[in-house]
Amino acid sequence: MTTATSANPSASQTAKTQIKPYTMNFGPQHPAAHGVLRLVMELNGEVVERCDPHIGLLHRGTEKLIEYKTYIQAIPYFDRLDYVSPMCMEHAFVLGIEKLLRIKPPLRAQYIRVLFSEITRILNHILSITTGALDVGAITPSLWGFEEREILMEFYERVSGARLHANYFRPGGVAWDMPAGLADDIWEFTERFPKFCDDIDNLLTENRIFKQRTVDIGIVTKEQAFDWGFSGPMLRGSGVAWDLRKSQPYEVYDRMDFDVPVGLSGDCWSRYLCRMEEMRQSNRIIRQCLKEMPDGPVRINDRKVAPPPRGEMKRSMEALIHHFKLYTEGFHVPAGETYTVIEAPKGEFGVFLVSDGTNKPYRCHIKAPGFAHLQGLDFMSKGHMLADAVANIASMDIVFGEIDR
Amino acid sequence: MSEQALKELGDSIAAALGEDVLKAEVRLGELMVTVRRPSIVKVLTYLRDHSNCSFEQLMDITAVDYPEREERFEVVYNLLSLKHNQRIRIKLATDEDTPVPSVVSVYNAANWFERETWDLLGVFFSDHPDLRRILTDYGFEGHPFRKDFPLTGYVEMRYDEDQKRCVYEPVRLTQDFRTYDFLSPWEGMTNVMLPGDEKAQAPDTGSKP
Repeated sequence: MTTATSANPSASQTAKTQIKPYTMNFGPQHPAAHGVLRLVMELNGEVVERCDPHIGLLHRGTEKLIEYKTYIQAIPYFDRLDYVSPMCMEHAFVLGIEKLLRIKPPLRAQYIRVLFSEITRILNHILSITTGALDVGAITPSLWGFEEREILMEFYERVSGARLHANYFRPGGVAWDMPAGLADDIWEFTERFPKFCDDIDNLLTENRIFKQRTVDIGIVTKEQAFDWGFSGPMLRGSGVAWDLRKSQPYEVYDRMDFDVPVGLSGDCWSRYLCRMEEMRQSNRIIRQCLKEMPDGPVRINDRKVAPPPRGEMKRSMEALIHHFKLYTEGFHVPAGETYTVIEAPKGEFGVFLVSDGTNKPYRCHIKAPGFAHLQGLDFMSKGHMLADAVANIASMDIVFGEIDR
Repeated sequence: MSEQALKELGDSIAAALGEDVLKAEVRLGELMVTVRRPSIVKVLTYLRDHSNCSFEQLMDITAVDYPEREERFEVVYNLLSLKHNQRIRIKLATDEDTPVPSVVSVYNAANWFERETWDLLGVFFSDHPDLRRILTDYGFEGHPFRKDFPLTGYVEMRYDEDQKRCVYEPVRLTQDFRTYDFLSPWEGMTNVMLPGDEKAQAPDTGSKP
């Protein structure tokens, strides 16, 4: 933290001295800022009076870049938005394209997508909970959590070839089928994972220091959550039972049996509890996916959208032409527009996609949940101590890749 | 939500708001309502408060740039009703100079979304409490998401070792930006008669040799 203006230290301070409000720069390089967040805070003593987030330090112009790429070339940009939960970001974009193309992926592909969306949710929540605990003073959860994250990212690597930037979901299905043995290893993980949740539970949930730092901090009422456009755990933590996986199910979520946890008090602690329970529910969904997953193709059998298998290309001239056309020109999407949403781990992640009938999106606007949450930081932190603002940032689960785009 | 229910909702909104609504249509299972620019605050207040609509949440505001249109920007508001589990998209048109009334008084969430739209596309919102740039650099000039703004931008920044500070310079590209036009036909090959093409145009006599 750096100080911008400070009271004159040489002035003799008596008990009656009026302390001037103090403007402070928090970040942009601060471990508790979860990235490159610059907060200009007005402090009265240690109490936050106003808090103005300056964002955009990670702005890369993703939406503009996407306008100059074909639809397939644009998918990797989505991994780099919320780099803590890459596959969920791809999911929204791919669903948007599929809606405009009026196609549906085969059933097995839908199961694989749900499976990996839920693995991503666990991946995201482990990071959110443990680094949140780190911000309020507990270091052990993050050490334990990152070990589990590494296992999950290994699943990512085995299915897509990359630990983080997967580029695995494609229009009309997924890039490849899961390799042999992966399903068994994920199953084995789901048997061990509840034990990990219990361990984190033991460390944090009833921990005196953790509760002192989170209970009654950053309370968001139901009305405020609506007014500020909150979604995901920020909305559920305030007692609104709303989950897009339940209310507007996409893929095979309507076949899944899972519960939506709802918080009672709307403070940082209840949001933490929501995320803990969501991890357990995700574990349930993963198990159901693995149990019910049918055999079959993982990509739509339309050569104008999905590339032919490698083996076919060696023998068929037509397949080779399709492959070449698909990876140079791409496919043309009928003119239209859609606002497609998914329940990303952080909340409602939307893609507003406008197509003009060519092979590139005319406009692709990305609605990041963290963007809406971060603008609520001012009212959430007002009247709290400076250190509580850090707890608020942690409980919002913000990642600058998606906020700055 | 079935298409029919969305259509009925669109019709009821159009009936209730009268001439403020220009068009209500359902496309791809999504309801889109085009409204007149000055009445956006009235429309959103109605949509939020009326029990048939009760769109409690404003999820997103953005704009699309169509430079060839007279009013080049199409501002888009995406609303969500948790009570009825439905979405609606409100649209209006504006140009570079005409301000759009800000809806921060209706939904607080609009604050940053409008700032973003102003920053990136240059749509001006009147009565906005704090219309500063949000995503671009301090002191940035222009609105980068307009279609006439080049992808590479105009300036690039680097740290200058001699001056010990960041300096801005005009963009220099060591290689041309490659953009391929997939829309034009192969112009060299249209309206060219190759030997044998006349057979395709010759009337079919129906007899075989």
